[in-house]
Amino acid sequence: MIGAARRDWLLTEAPASRRQARLGQSYRLWMAFSRNRLAMVGLGIVLALVAMAIFADVIAPYDPLRGGGLRTARLLPPSAEHLMGTDDQARDIFSRIVHGSRITLMVVALVAVIATPIGLLVGTCAGYFGGWVDTVLMRITDVFLAFPRLILALAFVAALGPGIENAIIAIAITSWPPYARLARAETLTIRDTDHIAAIRLQGASSARILWGHVTPLCLSSVIVRVTLDMAGIILTAAGLGFLGLGAQPPQPEWGAMIAAGRGYIIDYWWVATMPGIAIFVVSLGFNLLGDGLRDILDPKART
Amino acid sequence: MTLLSIQDLNVVFPGKSGPVHAVRGVSIDVTRGESYGLVGESGSGKSTVLRAVAGLAPVSEGTITLDGQTLGRKRDRAFYRRVQMVFQDPYGSLHPRHTVDRVLSEPLAIHRMGDAEKRIARALDEVGLGQGFRFRFPHQLSGGQRQRVAIARALILEPEIMLLDEPTSALDASIQAEVLNLLDRLRVERGLTYVMVSHDLGVVAHMCERLSVMEQGRVVETLTRADLRALRATQPYTQRLLAASRGFTRADPVT
Repeated sequence: MIGAARRDWLLTEAPASRRQARLGQSYRLWMAFSRNRLAMVGLGIVLALVAMAIFADVIAPYDPLRGGGLRTARLLPPSAEHLMGTDDQARDIFSRIVHGSRITLMVVALVAVIATPIGLLVGTCAGYFGGWVDTVLMRITDVFLAFPRLILALAFVAALGPGIENAIIAIAITSWPPYARLARAETLTIRDTDHIAAIRLQGASSARILWGHVTPLCLSSVIVRVTLDMAGIILTAAGLGFLGLGAQPPQPEWGAMIAAGRGYIIDYWWVATMPGIAIFVVSLGFNLLGDGLRDILDPKART
Repeated sequence: MTLLSIQDLNVVFPGKSGPVHAVRGVSIDVTRGESYGLVGESGSGKSTVLRAVAGLAPVSEGTITLDGQTLGRKRDRAFYRRVQMVFQDPYGSLHPRHTVDRVLSEPLAIHRMGDAEKRIARALDEVGLGQGFRFRFPHQLSGGQRQRVAIARALILEPEIMLLDEPTSALDASIQAEVLNLLDRLRVERGLTYVMVSHDLGVVAHMCERLSVMEQGRVVETLTRADLRALRATQPYTQRLLAASRGFTRADPVT
C-alpha cells in the first residue's frame, strides 16, 4: 500500500515541488530502463564490478601480491582452494582479479571524468559560437582524431613514462575528440531552436545558455557514447598493461595478467584465460548498459 | 506617440545559393498601447521583421528605434526587459528538460528580480494556468497550455512591447480563441503594445487596430481595422487575401 502511494506520488501529473518533479522524471526513466532485461544484466555486471572493487579486501581469499610456496603452489589448476587457479608466482588468480577490478574501475571512472567534460566543453562551444571558434576547435579535434587511439596513447605513455596514472592520462587525452564531435553535432541542431532563441531574448549570457540549456540536451547522447566506449577504454588500458606500459608489476592489472600468462597458455590455460574472461564480462556489461541507456535517453535512435 | 519605429529595414541572409533578401525596405511605426498586425503569406518576410526587432535576424540596412533610441547591433539586457517575444510553435519554444518553474524563474534570475515566488505564482494565474502546473515538464502539457507558459515567460519580465509571431497558428480552433482572448485581456490589463504576425486575416482583424500587408519582403498596403472590416483594400494582393479569408466561394456556374 505504501509502495502504491509512493508510486502515485512519483508519477503524479501535477508535482508540488521541484524535488518531486525531478524524482518523478527519474522514476519514469528508471521504469523505461528496467523493462529492458539485457540492460538490467549490464547494470548488474557494472554494479557487481563496483561492489567487487569496494569490498575487494573482504572478497579476496588471498593476498593479491604475495603468493604461496613457490615449490608447492605455482600454476595450480582451478580447485575449491583456488577458484581460478594460481599463476607462476603462486598467487591466487581469483584474488588478483578481485583486486584488479579496482584498477579497472579507476581507469574507467577517471577517463570518464576527464574526457567527458573536455569533449562537452569543446563541442558545445564550437557548435554554439560557430565561425572561427568552431574552425579552431574542430581542427584541433581533427588533429587528435587523426592518430589511432592506441598508438597515440602509446606515444604519450612513452613520453610520460610507464605507469597506470600515465596510461589513464593518455587514454583520456585520446578519447575526448569523438565526444566533442558528437556534442558539436547535437549543439548545431539545438542552437537554432526556438527555446534557445527564447532564452537569448531573456538576456541570458552565452555561458548560461551553454551550461543550462545546450549541455543538458547534449549530455544524454554523450553519456550513452561514453558508456559504450567504456569497453574500448578497458581494452585500451588492458592493451597498455599487456604491452608493459600500463600498470606495473606486481599490480594485479588484468591486461598485465594476461601478458604474464602468455608464456604458459598451452599448458596452464587458466593463467591467461581468467583475466581474459573478466575483461570480456566487464566490457560486455558496459556495452549492454550503454545500449539500454541509449534506448531510454535517445529516443531518436530507437528503431 | 511612436514607441517602436522601423525605418527602411532590409534583411539579407547569406544563403547557400546566393544571399536571400528576406525583407526589402519595410517601414512601420507602432504607437504606444496599440496592437499592430503584419499579414502575409508564408515567406513574405513578416516573421523576419519581428526577429530583426528582437535581434535574432541581421539588420543589413535601415534603423529600428525604440522610444527614440536607435538600437545597435547588440541588444542589451535593458532592451529585453522592455521587449519580449512569443514564438509560433509552442512545442519548440519550451526547453524539453525544464519544468515550468525553471522556465519562469530563469528570466527573473537573469534580471536579478526579487520576489520570484510571488511573481511566478502571479504569472501562472494571469495566463490561467494556476499553481498545479508549476512543476510540470513541457511533455505533460497540451499545446495551448504550453503557449500559455510561453506567454507567462514573456510577461514575467513586465515588458512594454510583445512581439507575437503567429502565437496561435499551431493550435486548434477552440484553443486559438482562448489564447487570443487571453492576449487581448492582458493587453488591456497591462497596457501592452503588441506587434503581431499572422497569416490569418481573421485573427489580425480581431486583435489589431492597424495592420500592414506584406508580400515578398515589401509592405504593399497599410490598413486600419475599419478599412479591413469594410473591405476597403486598394491593392489587388490584399483583395486576394481578403477573398481567401472569406473561404471557398463557388464560381458562377457556366451556362
